[in-house]
Amino acid sequence: MEKKEWPLWEVFIRSRNGLDHKHCGSVHAPDARIALQVARDVYTRRMEGVSIWVVQADHIVASDPDAKPELFDPAEDKIYRHPTFYKLPDEVNHM
Amino acid sequence: MYTQALDIAPKDPDDRASREAENPAYVDEFNARIDAGDFIEPKDWMPEAYRKTLVRQISQHAHSEIVGMLPEGNWITRAPTLKRKAILLAKVQDEGGHGLYLYAACETLGVSRDDLTEALLSGRAKYSSIFNYPTLNWADIGVIGWLVDGAAIMNQIPLCKCSYGPYARAMVRICKEESFHQRQGYDALLQMMKGTKEQREMVQDAVNRWWWPSIMMFGPHDKDSVHVDSMRWGIKRISNDDLRQKFVDATVKQAEVLGVTLPDPALKWNEARGHYDFGAIDWDEFWSVVKGNGQCNVDRLTARRKAWEDGAWVREAAMAFSAKQAARKLAA
Repeated sequence: MEKKEWPLWEVFIRSRNGLDHKHCGSVHAPDARIALQVARDVYTRRMEGVSIWVVQADHIVASDPDAKPELFDPAEDKIYRHPTFYKLPDEVNHM
Repeated sequence: MYTQALDIAPKDPDDRASREAENPAYVDEFNARIDAGDFIEPKDWMPEAYRKTLVRQISQHAHSEIVGMLPEGNWITRAPTLKRKAILLAKVQDEGGHGLYLYAACETLGVSRDDLTEALLSGRAKYSSIFNYPTLNWADIGVIGWLVDGAAIMNQIPLCKCSYGPYARAMVRICKEESFHQRQGYDALLQMMKGTKEQREMVQDAVNRWWWPSIMMFGPHDKDSVHVDSMRWGIKRISNDDLRQKFVDATVKQAEVLGVTLPDPALKWNEARGHYDFGAIDWDEFWSVVKGNGQCNVDRLTARRKAWEDGAWVREAAMAFSAKQAARKLAA
C-alpha cells in the first residue's frame, strides 16, 4: 500500500459562547478548509460546538513531560499565592 | 460500536524481555502512577509493552467501528420508512466517527494512520468477529442496536476510566452516542412486534441468530484470558465473565418486555448467585470466525479494500489542489 496520508490537524471546539475552545481530538485533511469541514462532521454531530479551530499538529509546540519538575514544581511551595493561606478572623473570613 | 474483549494478537515474546530491560526506576514510577489512578498522556514515558497493548487494542477497536459500518450500511437503501432511514444513516455515520476518534487516539502512541489502515487491509489486524455475520433481514438492524450495541456499551463504559488519557476521552464521547444506538434498535423492534405475525417471526429469527455471537463479544472466559497486564495497567477494569454476566442479567428483562425468547434453554434465574445462569458458549465457532472462516470475513475486507482503492484518486486530487493553492498564495 502506498503511504502518503493527509497531514494531521488538532481540533479545538467552543461548545458555547462564553466558554473557551477546548481540544477534542484530531483529523487528517489536505488543507485548513477541509480540516474544518471534517472536524465539523467528526466532532459536532450533536450540537457540541458553535466554533471550531484547527491547527496543523506539527505547528503545536508542547512542553516536555520530563521537564515537568523544573517547570511546575516551583509553584508547589508558594502556597501564599492562594487565598486560603490567609487565616482571618471569623467575622471577616468570607471577605 | 463494538470493542471485543479479546487480545487476538499472538503473544509477543519480546514484550516481557523489553519491559524487563527498561529502566526499573521509570517502571516503578509508571506503576505508582497507575496505582494512584493517574492518567498516562501521550508523551509520558511508558513501558513498551503498555504502548503495544494499547496500539493493538485501540486499533482493533477502531477497525471494528469502520468494518461495523458495512453490515448496517447494507440496509440504508432498504430501510422501511424515511424515519428509519434517517436514524440508520445517523447511526452508521456515528460508527465512522467512532472509528476516527479511536484512530486519532491510537496515533498519539506514535503509529501513523497509514500504518493502521494497512494493517486492516492486509488482514494483519483483527476487528470484532461479530461483523463477520450477515444482516439477513430488517429485524437484524434492530437486533444489532439492541444486543450488539448493548454488549458493546457494557464493554465500553469501564474503558471511559482506562489509564490512557486519549483512549479514555474518546470512550467518553463514544459512550454518550452509543446509548442512542441501543435505544433506536430496541425501538425499531418494538414497532415490528406490534406488526404482523411474519414481522414478529422476523424479530425472533434475528434474535436467534445474534444472541450467541453477542455474548461471545465479551471474549474468552476469564480462566482462558490473557489480560493480566491489561488489568495491572488499568486498561481493562472488569473481567470478561463479569461483564458478560452483567449483560445477560440486563437483557433477560428487555427480551421479556419485547416478547421474544432468548435461544438458550439453560437460561434460568439462580437465586443463590443472584444472577441468571446460561448455557455453554460454542467457542469453536468463535475461534473459527476470528480465524477468518465466518460467513462474511472475505466480503468485509474486500469491501474495505475496494473503498480504499476507489478513494485513492480523491485523496491525491485533494493534496494536489492544496499544494497548488499554497503555491499560488506564496506567489501572490
